[in-house]
Amino acid sequence: MLEDKKLPVTIYEKQRKINLVKLLGQTLTDFFGSHFLALQLTRRDVSAQYRQSYFGILWLFITPLASAAIWVFLNSSGTITITDTGIPYPVYAFSGTLIWSILLESINAPMASTNAARGIISKINFPKEALVLSGIYKLLFNSSFKVLLLVVFIFAFGVGFHWSLLLLPLVLVMAVVFGTSLGLLITPIGLLYSDVSRLISMGLSLLMYVTPVVYGIPKTGIMKTIMTYNPFTPFILTIRDVAVGSSPEFLNYFIGLTGLGIVLFFIGLVIYRVSIPVIVERLSA
Amino acid sequence: MAAEVLVKVEGLSKKFCKDLKTSLWYGVKDLVSGITGSQANRPLRDKEFWAVKDISFELRRGECLGLIGHNGAGKSTLLKILNGLINPDEGSVTMRGRVGALIELGAGFNPILTGRENIYNNGAVLGFTRKEIDAKVEEIIDFSEIREFIDMPVQNYSSGMKVRLGFSVAVQMEPDVLIIDEVLAVGDLGFFFRCLNKIGELIPKTAIIYVSHNMPQVARICTKILLMDRGKSIFNSYQISDGISKYTHSFYNTSFQELGSGDITLENISFLNFEKNNHFINGEDLTLNFELKINARGINPFFLVLKIYDQQLREAVNCFSNLTTGLTIPKTNTINVKVTLSKLFLNKGRHFISISAESETDKKIYCHATNALTFDVEDEYCGYATSTFPGSWDISR
Repeated sequence: MLEDKKLPVTIYEKQRKINLVKLLGQTLTDFFGSHFLALQLTRRDVSAQYRQSYFGILWLFITPLASAAIWVFLNSSGTITITDTGIPYPVYAFSGTLIWSILLESINAPMASTNAARGIISKINFPKEALVLSGIYKLLFNSSFKVLLLVVFIFAFGVGFHWSLLLLPLVLVMAVVFGTSLGLLITPIGLLYSDVSRLISMGLSLLMYVTPVVYGIPKTGIMKTIMTYNPFTPFILTIRDVAVGSSPEFLNYFIGLTGLGIVLFFIGLVIYRVSIPVIVERLSA
Repeated sequence: MAAEVLVKVEGLSKKFCKDLKTSLWYGVKDLVSGITGSQANRPLRDKEFWAVKDISFELRRGECLGLIGHNGAGKSTLLKILNGLINPDEGSVTMRGRVGALIELGAGFNPILTGRENIYNNGAVLGFTRKEIDAKVEEIIDFSEIREFIDMPVQNYSSGMKVRLGFSVAVQMEPDVLIIDEVLAVGDLGFFFRCLNKIGELIPKTAIIYVSHNMPQVARICTKILLMDRGKSIFNSYQISDGISKYTHSFYNTSFQELGSGDITLENISFLNFEKNNHFINGEDLTLNFELKINARGINPFFLVLKIYDQQLREAVNCFSNLTTGLTIPKTNTINVKVTLSKLFLNKGRHFISISAESETDKKIYCHATNALTFDVEDEYCGYATSTFPGSWDISR
């Protein structure tokens, strides 16, 4: 018979007294401890995603390319007139739609990966933080291909190399963290009510028109005010400015939001951890 | 010296809601109170009921708790709480050591990926590191006995093969506490025995909580029984056989049913050597007496069949009258029958007797009386077979 060695003790109770520091500690331990699991989940999803497809990874580019192409066509055919953007319009439009698609994906990622894992969440006890982490890994994987294409565009349209291009991965990760933390905050309620994800996707598709994705901020008027305060504006503009080498005018706003994003991310993770048992109970009862 | 207590459950309760929309709204409220850390008591709200109510038990290393009860008795909910998937509304669970669960094998398998890739995924979900899986992957494939198909997509696997793979991965954990929820029924017989042997190996090192509806299995594996009914514990003891018979007694209603053409009806059936519903002791004679009333003219010569069913409604004994006494030719309106099964050995538990009268020429069933009589067999041992025969053994040294 084994002697009473030091065994880890787990207690499940009605309600732990919430000790924020301890809870945050556990969350972070699990978040970083679940690296292998997250990587494995990412590998599973990525390889399964393209195994049943002929074009495979090309699908990553097709959507942002197509929507950029529409705007390029609208502009070049004179259907709409877009004020000078300072860089070749195809680069402007493509970088806009591409960064926007990364932001969208990062907002949707936590809910999507939790939803996809419903089957295992209600059967197996594992660190759920791995789902969030694998969502981020998948995003970074997908985004890296998109960014490569963006770099090709930058050179093909003669914008040329700027040292700031090297900062691109960093600012992109910041955008992903900001988007993911917004997504994390809505995930618990979004898993209970499907209304939430519908509202979000509708809201975001409207929001694109008040964000400088395919056209710049106008000089005057109500649109200028909205676009200036829109929290997505600094992400789109800063990432694009870094990529094409112009001086980022929303840098302070960007840094502020990034800081906020990091704080929200940890708050979101803790809320996520506390919420999962409640959600499992309601979904698999 | 008693082994250490690995599982301690005290006054555990969990409520569920019967209505989806209300349930979701309560979910939102629980989210808020969960995040703010409210300590308030949680009485039943509208449309809620206790799925698990006031369950307490202790389990030590080397013990195996058989968790039995009707469908919907709250067994799976209890397991989910024990596994930490959902939080209790009252009471507490204290688990010591690594907890493993064989609840749904192969959860998280991706159908497009191969068996080998899924071993890595499933292993990762179960908490293995990459190194541990690398070290164990060959052993897992060998145990599953599907090496030939291991690089084929899992979507082409049969359900039995998926369970084999899932069990093989899950059983590689070396848990201190193991939760098993009726997962062994899917594989074929050969694999089933391998599983039982593997679980047998784990028992001395582990505290096992085993959910099953298969009573012989429970009797074989478990050292303790917890019988649940509507969320409550109605039996919790080391007297396994008492628990099992309590469960089976609550389950079957012994309503007499007479089917068949009705040309012959069964009347006044009783045991000769003991009272109705009484206990039978293995090795004694079972004698019963009944009358057959012939209701129609011109029926063919017939034979009688006595069948004894065990508590899982398997046929334990068949006894044909034509094999010993030939066909019965109906001449009178009433026929008296006495039948004796000498030195009968059956498994422990409740048994049911059916009597039928069948024509030999056209296979017509004149009478078929199910649950004509019920009796309970008293014994210490309960095996897999429908009967455990003592035999006379002569073993030379």
